[in-house]
Amino acid sequence: MKQDIRLSHKIICEIVGQGAKVLDLGCGDGDLLKILVDRRAAKVQGIELNEACIYKCVEKGVSVFHGDFESGLKGYPDKSFDYVILNESMQETRNVQFVLHEAMRVGDKVIVGFPNFAFFLGRLRLFFLGKTPITKSLPYRWYSTPNLHFLSLTDFVDFCRDEKIAILKRFYLGKKRRVLFFPNLFAQNCIFMIQDAQARP
Amino acid sequence: MGVKDPKGIGIVEPQYFTFAQAPHEMPLESGRKLGPITLAYETYGELNAKKNNAILVLHALSGDAHAAGYHPDDDKAGWWDILIGPGKAFDTAKYFVICSNVIGGCKGSTGPASVNPQTGKPYALDFPMITIADMVNAQKQLIEHLGIKKLLCVSGGSMGGMQALQWVALYPDMVLCAIPIATALKHSPQQIAFDEVGRQALMADPDWQGGRYYDTGRQPDRGLAVARMLGHITYMSDQSMEAKFSRNLKDENYSFSFQADFEVEGYLRYRGGAFVKRFDANSYLYITKALDYFDLSEGKLFALGKPVATRFLVLAFRSDWLYPPYQSKEMVHQLKAHHVDVTYCEIESTYGHDAFLIEAEGQTQLIKHFLSETLKR
Repeated sequence: MKQDIRLSHKIICEIVGQGAKVLDLGCGDGDLLKILVDRRAAKVQGIELNEACIYKCVEKGVSVFHGDFESGLKGYPDKSFDYVILNESMQETRNVQFVLHEAMRVGDKVIVGFPNFAFFLGRLRLFFLGKTPITKSLPYRWYSTPNLHFLSLTDFVDFCRDEKIAILKRFYLGKKRRVLFFPNLFAQNCIFMIQDAQARP
Repeated sequence: MGVKDPKGIGIVEPQYFTFAQAPHEMPLESGRKLGPITLAYETYGELNAKKNNAILVLHALSGDAHAAGYHPDDDKAGWWDILIGPGKAFDTAKYFVICSNVIGGCKGSTGPASVNPQTGKPYALDFPMITIADMVNAQKQLIEHLGIKKLLCVSGGSMGGMQALQWVALYPDMVLCAIPIATALKHSPQQIAFDEVGRQALMADPDWQGGRYYDTGRQPDRGLAVARMLGHITYMSDQSMEAKFSRNLKDENYSFSFQADFEVEGYLRYRGGAFVKRFDANSYLYITKALDYFDLSEGKLFALGKPVATRFLVLAFRSDWLYPPYQSKEMVHQLKAHHVDVTYCEIESTYGHDAFLIEAEGQTQLIKHFLSETLKR
């Protein structure tokens, strides 16, 4: 087993309980799901658009659907997963509201990870150079980025309040460890665990 | 070992299994009975002592039991030789692979050209209508005859994929994993329409003679060739036809006649002509009808009402317009709604429906790993 796993994967692995049912939207080459199988005996499934990634998932023994999760999680019954994960894929989807509500429909809890647009190095670049931020977690040029939405931690918290989404857990990530102070300034990435507020017991 | 492919399976021989002797004829979905039934089949690799490494591969409309390796007089290997053999997707060094010709067929299994024991003459149209479920029920007899209680995998493309689905619908406990490829839960009106045009072309040939042509010295070669030509168009794609033929001419100039000027015309005529030498016209009618009757949509795949533990790998090809990927996706949605473990991949290919017989690399990678994962569980 690979020891050197990404910090975000480590944190998600800590959240997910033993034997949980997990659906990963935009699962890439299945690395995270494989970790959840190995360390959490999770029952996992992924959805991924990139064909080359599908081959890698199957190689790892991860069940995966080749397609677009934006067209809805058709076929999945309500609450058929303990966790639905959107790790670095939410900001690439066109209709975030729809996708998040669909994710909360099929999953009990939703884990969302995204890069923080308000990270201070990005702010400095914008303020002093007048250029679009390029940081470790937002490494793309303006013309080739897969990201459709740019948001900060604070933006997401506001969004959850407006959409009546309960934030159950939040993690702010630096390069190698968690960030505790002024996260909207110093966190490069963040992970939220959310739930439909109306569905809360 | 075969000289033609030193790494392949080599020379193979068909085998035959006969069952459903009177008075134990096999009941059919139509309510009629059929017997005795002979199935032609081939096997590749070795069945292990636990008998848990058996894979049943299922052929398409015009296929047969000869899925891999060579017959002594072959110049071409079996129809799925790209995927079956030592080190290939269905690795015969690990697995025992079985392929049988369907009932209703004309390649060694009982079909309309077989002798009707009641009359001593070929059945012709007295042969009962058969369905995909009937094909599967006959195969089940063969599998039991081989002493196999559980199949590691059932897999096939097109009609072969329908049989794989039907296996799970009827005998989910006997199938650990299923790999339906380039197929659907049911024929759409467009698919039925293509089959019907083929059947009408065939039956319009005066040499068809109401199906009773076997002893007349004439058979509906032109009608069957037209049906096959139409079929071939639907198996290719606009792109693959452009790449293969473009508007290339057979000779330098137009003939200004109805000869085959274009290469594509020559190709279709050649394929149509070659087909009638190896396929029985009535079998074509019966099998296309079985395709059209097939329908496991709207939950009928789970008609037994018990949970399905069979794992699925569903494959489709982007350029396949005969069995378009949306039909495979629909299948996957049904499987997901019933909590079935399913992987789906839409393979990028320009070969159209034929891709399942041509695309070795992608299919190999997916099938190989999917099978070894199934074994691990």
